[in-house]
Amino acid sequence: MAAAEEASRPFAGLSDVSISEDIPVEGDISVPVGSSRRDDEFSTLDEPVKETILRDLRAVGNKFIHVLYPKRSSALLRDWDLWGPLLLCVTLALLLQGGAADSDDQGGPQFAEVFVIVWFGSIIITLNSKLLGGTISFFQSLCVLGYCIMPLTVAMAVCRIVLISGSGNVSFAVRLVVVTVSFGWSTFASTAFLADSQPPNRKALVVYPVFLFYFVIGWMILTFSPSQ
Amino acid sequence: DPEASTLSGGGRGEDVKLDLSEDEEGQEESSELLGGQKPTGGFWTFEYYESFFNVDTVQVLDRVKGSVLPLPGRNFIKHYLRSNPDLYGPFWICVTLVFSVAISGNLSTFLGEMGNPSYHYRPQFHRVTIAAVVIFMYAWLVPIGLWGFLTWRQGTERQIGGYSFLETVCVYGYSLFIYIPTSVLWIIPFEWLRWTLILVAMVISGSVLVLTFWPVVRDDTKVMAVAYSCDHCGFTHPAGRRL
Repeated sequence: MAAAEEASRPFAGLSDVSISEDIPVEGDISVPVGSSRRDDEFSTLDEPVKETILRDLRAVGNKFIHVLYPKRSSALLRDWDLWGPLLLCVTLALLLQGGAADSDDQGGPQFAEVFVIVWFGSIIITLNSKLLGGTISFFQSLCVLGYCIMPLTVAMAVCRIVLISGSGNVSFAVRLVVVTVSFGWSTFASTAFLADSQPPNRKALVVYPVFLFYFVIGWMILTFSPSQ
Repeated sequence: DPEASTLSGGGRGEDVKLDLSEDEEGQEESSELLGGQKPTGGFWTFEYYESFFNVDTVQVLDRVKGSVLPLPGRNFIKHYLRSNPDLYGPFWICVTLVFSVAISGNLSTFLGEMGNPSYHYRPQFHRVTIAAVVIFMYAWLVPIGLWGFLTWRQGTERQIGGYSFLETVCVYGYSLFIYIPTSVLWIIPFEWLRWTLILVAMVISGSVLVLTFWPVVRDDTKVMAVAYSCDHCGFTHPAGRRL
């Protein structure tokens, strides 16, 4: 049939269409060279693994230094990461083991209890500061609170060293001083980072839970008693 | 008329927001009409919970002070909360109380056994878990029960003027504040002092609650009120003894 023949060659009617010579048609369908150069800067797929690890370690170490010398800088807030808090939490929980916890259940906190207190405590404090109208984001706040545990972890290490030499009154006095100083340092460092993000008439409402959090951690460190 | 309230209609029958002028009259009017501050948004949104934390430092300190000094005639809810109940106070007072009870209990055990040469100090961390369960159950389940009971009684007798759930929880939370210094002072190892402290704390805490709830309960049968207060004392007594 003529109609079917027409249907089988749908573009037959266009065979005589041509573009006249005086309408320039130009274009470039190749990929511009510049964008691939930009991609290379962000693409870290080809670099050696050592460099990837070292970059993250350097970022974590940089934040440790910011906690040691707390100034009003935004480096901790801008590039937050949770590696540092995880490392510190695991170290603290491991150091709190080996106490008088194996024989009976009247001992110190278990590994999981330390984890729960640190992470759930940080989450609750972050929620509290956000509900009170804070402008800091969830993970930034977790990052700050986790990194500021560092003085207390250092104090825990010092306490264990002191306890090796003895557990009398002198060692208790030394441990008390060390834990108190590090607790004050932690609270001061974290409020230096967090205080700017709160409305001024609610600053104390946000600082108090942070104070309580580090107080409880300091208490766990101070009451660590080695097994006999 | 600059003191008039303006009504801005919401679309499609959703929340109607009431714009009020800044004077006291306007605010008290609205609180009587609406029965308290209505939270915006559904309970799955963040803004809903933000409305429960709408307090300043000064307000929280004021409410704490009001819970420690219960003056007769000062209804805690009417005088201090003023249709702005918050969850910050009850929650953080409960948390602080949990840790202060656990820590001071541990310290008083230590001081009590100091002369005993065979005693080896233990942190007794399990006290935190027990204290947390007991205190949070008291601060949340008892208000739920009381609020449900009062609402049911009012429903049958068609009375108005009850308290919202949040206000009940708020009063209970703030009334627990007096136990924090009490638990710290419990470290002092004198029995007579401890009993005096716990009695004083129970009287103060109880009177805050009584001053708040008596006007609502007094119209009801006196038996209910007495039964409730016995139950309340029966709870705090073993909780104090556990130390």
